[in-house]
Amino acid sequence: MASQIKVPPIKRWQTWYTVIAFFYMYLPIAVLTIFSFNKSPSPSQWTGFTWEWYSKFLQNPILRASLQNSLSVSLVAVSVSAVLGTLTAVGLARYYFPGKSLYRGATYLPLIVPDIAIAVATLVFFVAIKLPLSLGTIMIAHIVFCLAYVTVVVSSRLASIDPKLEEAALDLGATPLQAFLRVLLPQLLPGIVSGCLLAFILSMDDFVIAYFTAGVGSTTLPIAIFSSLRNGGVTPELNALSVLLIIASASIAAIAEIVRSWGHHQ
Amino acid sequence: MTVNITPDPNKQSARQIKWLEPFALLFPTGFWLISFLLIPTIFIFIQSLVPSGKTEFSLENYFKVIDYVGGNFIYLIVVWRSVLYALITTGFCLLFGFPVAYWLAVIIPKQWRNILLLLFVLPLWTSSLLRSYAWITILRPTGVLNSFLNLIGLSGINVLNKAEGVIIGMVYTYLPYMVLVLYTSLERLDLRLLEAAADLGANSRQTFWQITVPQVSSGIIAGTALVSISSFSDYINPQLLGGPGSRTIASIIELQFLGAGNNRGFGSAISMVLILAVTVVIALLVKYGDRRVVSDG
Repeated sequence: MASQIKVPPIKRWQTWYTVIAFFYMYLPIAVLTIFSFNKSPSPSQWTGFTWEWYSKFLQNPILRASLQNSLSVSLVAVSVSAVLGTLTAVGLARYYFPGKSLYRGATYLPLIVPDIAIAVATLVFFVAIKLPLSLGTIMIAHIVFCLAYVTVVVSSRLASIDPKLEEAALDLGATPLQAFLRVLLPQLLPGIVSGCLLAFILSMDDFVIAYFTAGVGSTTLPIAIFSSLRNGGVTPELNALSVLLIIASASIAAIAEIVRSWGHHQ
Repeated sequence: MTVNITPDPNKQSARQIKWLEPFALLFPTGFWLISFLLIPTIFIFIQSLVPSGKTEFSLENYFKVIDYVGGNFIYLIVVWRSVLYALITTGFCLLFGFPVAYWLAVIIPKQWRNILLLLFVLPLWTSSLLRSYAWITILRPTGVLNSFLNLIGLSGINVLNKAEGVIIGMVYTYLPYMVLVLYTSLERLDLRLLEAAADLGANSRQTFWQITVPQVSSGIIAGTALVSISSFSDYINPQLLGGPGSRTIASIIELQFLGAGNNRGFGSAISMVLILAVTVVIALLVKYGDRRVVSDG
């Protein structure tokens, strides 16, 4: 009796099912891309190819200012998280102390607790301690989840590293700092880089938390997109911007994944 | 009895900073999480106990959830709707996601697995706001879907600003999560057992239900938990693809803080209910499911 495993992939219904699933995943992105090049501002008919909408949103001062805000929030949040997250991952791998599993659990919390709950809690806290809402408050809130992300990715990288190399460096006379900087850190680098890239995308794309913790004049790009969606609905300019952002996020995520798997195969 | 070993200078210094090093490594993150995650959560808990316009503690805000106004449980109906959307979304994600994950993890040649999995979950990393937005261009009355339906001679349908629209958006948003989690589980499937079952005369349906599903049950539980939590608390899809009749729990919370509701005590109370619901699901997951999935993010 022939085993069902040996049926060639092309003859299996799952193959065709997956093709449809891929179609479903990429359909909205494809539609958005096509209509971002449409001459007519109406999305129901195709009237010819144009780059107009791409240059138009680049001239939009509100969108440009909010892009700048988003970039500064993400860069600060990711830089701080890169340092703190790496230290935490190393500390968790190296030491045993009472309450360690509680600590580890707390670092995962921001990944599990819904955005909206984190957003509300952070807002209530900032209002209670009378900290005025600004770009700074968004950064503080973003560090919480970026930190968690970097810690998780670096921890999984650490688990695949041979601790004997660092011990050997110490035995050969390296100071703990030298051993950390010159032996452990280079090995951790793929994990740190991919964790940071992913945290950067999450921070750039975050709408809910930024929406609650942003002050006047600290509009980030997702907030600007959301409010223009509420006011004007679908516009070809917004299509063009979305296409660029989706391509940017997807490329960064793909690079992060390649860096990570390259690190694992080394 | 004395043991006299000349101490290694490195070891000596390592001992001196014995407590300093773990402290330096772990304190900054601990400080950050306590200050900006745990203490804020305690703050909303306290705020949830103070009814608006009063100063003494009571559970009034929690009882407001079962308010009965004009013949309707106005808030309870929203909570119920959120549960319903989450269940439907999870069901569809499981139904659509399982064959895809199976195909990626078991059927295709090994060298293609990582790249195709990456391609499938790539949209996950793009802004969920923009993905919902993309669905508006498809689903709206003059959108791509209706143009296509008209082209092939069918009358247009309207699912935008309705429950159907929200569900389509949510399934789209959370399907990659489900596939990712199921893939991790299916990757470890012992194929020899499937062959053995087939050799012993089991048909493919029996093999599936009695061999495959029990082996990946922890992945199914983890995926279900992940998708149901995320869709239950989703803000963007109901807001963009739904109408006034398809608002969910996250919209009610937003309304209390930034919108017309303006009742922070009540908003805090619903947030606490949300956090509690998530905690229960996570506790069940840790007890019955696959812990690795949680730690893999």
